[in-house]
Amino acid sequence: MGEVVSFLTRTRGRGRLDVTDIITYTYLVLGTFIMFGPVLWLVLSSFKSSGEIVNFPPRLLPYRQETMEVEGYDEPLPLYDVTLEDGSTAQLAQVRRIGLESQLVDPANPEEIIKVNIEDRQPVESVSFALDNYIEGIESFNFWTYLRNSVVVTITATILTLLFNSMAAFALAKYHFKGRDAIFLIMISTLMVPVSVVLVPVFLVINGVGWNNNLLGVIVPGAATPTGIFLLRQYMLTIPDELLDSARIDGASEWRIYTQVILPLSKPALAVLAIFSVMWRWNDFLWPLIVLSRSELFTLQIGLNSFQGELNIQWHLILAMTVLTLLPITLVFAFLQRNITTGIATSGMK
Amino acid sequence: MTAQARSGPIRTVGSWLGQVFGKIWNVIVSLFDVFFAMLQQRLGIERMPYVFVLPNLLIFGIFILFPMLLNFFYSFTGGIEFFPADRTWVGTANFEQLLDCQSFLDPNTCHEDLFWRSIFNTIGYVVAQVSLMVVFSMITALALNRKIRGRAFFRSVYFYPVLLSPIVVALIWKWILQENGLLNGIITGLGGEKMPFMVDASWARFWVVMISVWAFMGFYTLILLAGLQAIPSDVYEAADMDGANNWQTFWKITLPLLMPNMMVVLVLSLIRAVQVFDLVFAFTGGGPGSATRFIVQFIYDNGFSSPVRRYGIAASASLLMAGTLVILTLIQLRFNREEA
Repeated sequence: MGEVVSFLTRTRGRGRLDVTDIITYTYLVLGTFIMFGPVLWLVLSSFKSSGEIVNFPPRLLPYRQETMEVEGYDEPLPLYDVTLEDGSTAQLAQVRRIGLESQLVDPANPEEIIKVNIEDRQPVESVSFALDNYIEGIESFNFWTYLRNSVVVTITATILTLLFNSMAAFALAKYHFKGRDAIFLIMISTLMVPVSVVLVPVFLVINGVGWNNNLLGVIVPGAATPTGIFLLRQYMLTIPDELLDSARIDGASEWRIYTQVILPLSKPALAVLAIFSVMWRWNDFLWPLIVLSRSELFTLQIGLNSFQGELNIQWHLILAMTVLTLLPITLVFAFLQRNITTGIATSGMK
Repeated sequence: MTAQARSGPIRTVGSWLGQVFGKIWNVIVSLFDVFFAMLQQRLGIERMPYVFVLPNLLIFGIFILFPMLLNFFYSFTGGIEFFPADRTWVGTANFEQLLDCQSFLDPNTCHEDLFWRSIFNTIGYVVAQVSLMVVFSMITALALNRKIRGRAFFRSVYFYPVLLSPIVVALIWKWILQENGLLNGIITGLGGEKMPFMVDASWARFWVVMISVWAFMGFYTLILLAGLQAIPSDVYEAADMDGANNWQTFWKITLPLLMPNMMVVLVLSLIRAVQVFDLVFAFTGGGPGSATRFIVQFIYDNGFSSPVRRYGIAASASLLMAGTLVILTLIQLRFNREEA
């Protein structure tokens, strides 16, 4: 046990590699496979053809059978390595298959048909990252509609979140007014009881406002996030009051102070909240699920969910659409990972 | 790819976008300024903060507070009518129905057997998930806190799944765990038999826990890592001089100093585990049978997807669950106070 703890607690220099370092690296590398492997597998699988994808056991890379244009045939024919009766091998193109018999032609000599048992031929394959699944998926999945809805929701909701939360945070951080502490306390306490527990009345209210099957029903309710207000307020508390006072002496209105003193100085906190908001909204599942029931309003997440619920799961298309859905957030992460990880570490929110 | 190589064109586009948005922003601000200046003259400075909190407060009141209050009304009324005006007052009948059990330990003897099954499922899930989450995020945070090469890379890798949406996580793992999936491919490749990962109740429960840990672990690791990095190194040096071994250092120094972060991890993961819904809903749909049906899904099913919508039952179950969450939070506050 002592060994384990010594590996876990010591931080050693770069000089020499000791046992604890090796254990650490082993753990981290193994973990990397477990954490990132599934996503990699998803991406690799998404390039496999609908025939290849059901093969068992699965192969790591996407293969595709090579085809060839042969004179006298309209469609390109699939190529096979064939073992002929005399024991020699040749690369032939298959014209058709009848039961256990395969009829092939030599591309150099398309007149003559060679018949062999299907056991005696092996498909000629090469690794290929073809986009067929993506193209077919985008057509059959209503991808552009869902994407547009997701983008509209994410962008407008993030703008509203930043605006409303920073306004409220400004008031809560920089003014003394009656009911301030009560308002703050109520907002923070709802962190404990999230929307998922009051689904039914929330749905009723959405209905009452007339936002059932309306993107506004997804955008507006989530714009008042207690975490956002908390984060911004804590940050604005560090802005000295003297700045505000001197602006007031210069005749600035409270709105001017908010837009030209508070907001520019709160940029780091606003950036963190913006990144989070984009993440929350892009990945949001529960709100759109209860608010939207018409498929032309679906966001990508909800669309994907209904796509997988269809009777006949078409994995090759679903996988391609899943990749497209996680792509934007992955790109955001690739560019802003430092902001995201430090933002979470300091604010403790997700 | 170095940071510099990447930032060149992006910075240009970024600054251009920044200018455009800056212009638009200025116009909007000035327009609003006219309005707000008038408002300020009318109301006076001391009432302006109310104007600033108003939008938030409205959204908050209408979509969060009001529904919470309405939930009480639903839970004390019965029938299948959706609009409150049409519903009949039934007192505590919904709660009685939910709590109607001959033995609380056996869901089969309960009137609402699915409710109790989902409670037991949730308890099992919470216990397994939270303990695994704490252990794994602790080990990972300790490993990432060491001076090793590629620390930033590893940290990103462990964090990455946190960014994926529930439905994406569910699909990734469904694809791996399905009958002809990657995992069964590896198992048969090693000479084993195919496993019924998605069909067998115990396996489904196991994977629901594992996938949640996979998906959320990076978040808690970051919180613990921040705590570890805040521990000053001279504390360790002092312990070293006093001849403390690693085991003692971990239990007597690292863990106590990490306690605040540990509490955050424990409580957040606990509260989120009790509310588990979307990930599992997309992954198993509650099945096989009712093996992975949890409380929020019980509420969702009764309110939204069952042929007969039992809003009263759904609302009562919400209330019982919200009560549990409040109690959990109060316990945490108590703990925190004792720590302090």
